[in-house]
Amino acid sequence: MARSAITPEQMKPLFARGSYTTLRLLVFVLLSLALMTLDHRQHGLDSTRAALSVLIYPVQYVINLPFTAGAWMADSLSTHTSLLRENKELRDQALLQSAGLQKLNGLESENTRLRELLQSSQRVRGEVRAAELLAADIDPFRRQIVINKGSQHGVTPGLPLLDANGLMGQVMRVGPISSIALLITDPSHAVPVQVVRNGLRALALGTGASDRLDLPYIPNDADIQVGDLLITSGLGGRFPPDYPVAKVVSVNHDPGQAFAMIRAAPSAHLEHSREVLLVLGETSPPALLPETAPPPARPRGGKP
Amino acid sequence: MIPTRDRRGWVIALTLLAAFTLGLFPLPAWAGLLRPEWVMLALIYWCLALPDRIGIGAAWSMGLLLDVASGTLLGQHALAFALVAYITIKLCVRIRRFTLWQQALIILLLVFIEQMLVLWISGMISQFPWHWAYLLPTFTSMLVWPGVFLVLRHMRRTLRVT
Repeated sequence: MARSAITPEQMKPLFARGSYTTLRLLVFVLLSLALMTLDHRQHGLDSTRAALSVLIYPVQYVINLPFTAGAWMADSLSTHTSLLRENKELRDQALLQSAGLQKLNGLESENTRLRELLQSSQRVRGEVRAAELLAADIDPFRRQIVINKGSQHGVTPGLPLLDANGLMGQVMRVGPISSIALLITDPSHAVPVQVVRNGLRALALGTGASDRLDLPYIPNDADIQVGDLLITSGLGGRFPPDYPVAKVVSVNHDPGQAFAMIRAAPSAHLEHSREVLLVLGETSPPALLPETAPPPARPRGGKP
Repeated sequence: MIPTRDRRGWVIALTLLAAFTLGLFPLPAWAGLLRPEWVMLALIYWCLALPDRIGIGAAWSMGLLLDVASGTLLGQHALAFALVAYITIKLCVRIRRFTLWQQALIILLLVFIEQMLVLWISGMISQFPWHWAYLLPTFTSMLVWPGVFLVLRHMRRTLRVT
């Protein structure tokens, strides 16, 4: 094992810059503090961040290559029979779904008619755009994903993100060609939800675990059961209403506590989905909320 | 001084890029918890070996890029990296004389400082649940240091980076 790391003849004059090192540190520390303050308080650096994210995109793209190549290989190596089988399955599925759609169309027009009768505001169907997940993650304690669509494709902060099974999260930071999205399981995330069965409203908080959401502040006597489907309520204006969010997996009533302990499992396949859907232009955040703040901030002092 | 014509700056850039890639590469959840701070380690090595080339400025810039990639506040990693680079440069004569495992202990300390600064800033701007697993990367960084050091030194010597 090497006794000393660098032999003396390779040493170079160390302090060519003299005592300016400390000064340089001071300058950079002050610069960091200024940047952080600006970034945190006013979001005045979003354009800087967007510009820098272009520098990082090649790295993220290259990292993603093996996964793309793997998927491509799997596609091109799959056998004729398995393709035929898959084709048949997909055709069956399409048939089933189009049958369901016929019913839905009828229901939708009925719904519109009833709403007109009630003179309530009509709901607009949002435009949905597909994006692909760049398999890049960095912080194991946050739940974030990077997607390959950015402001060039019309992505703005706060857009909801779905997969085929339910709500995944929302776009947090936007670059020109890629964006970072926060998943609903991130510990700093909360979604306003509603129980489908009876319309009970609640908040679904992320826990950091990929298969668990917590529903706090629900009284012990509230009507909520294991298996209840939770959908977005649309309150808060950030998420469009009626998208599935999670299913209740456990309800614990502790008589000593004011609130029930309720856990739910996200409907979306957060860890497996490669294709995600962005809902463009269904809702706009109300003017009261700052545009890029992660919307319903946690209203409590610390982690229980 | 050696003439400044070709000092192989691209080798340094390449190792930093490789470290950056390793830091972003997707891993299963349990392995993600153990991921060493690759960029920090590469920066510490170059600060030790060539403190007149890679210093506080370079560390700060890499930290800024990491901030953009990970969606943290701009300047969060940058501040921590700059501080660690400063300590490394100030102590580099001493650290160079240590054996590999003595160096690894210093690395433990340096990465700990970096992690604490980043977590501390995260904790200041939002409620961030504390978990002991936050300390795991510090230990894995210490464990991989001898490997990182030997590989980078080999590269520096054979490619004559000065």
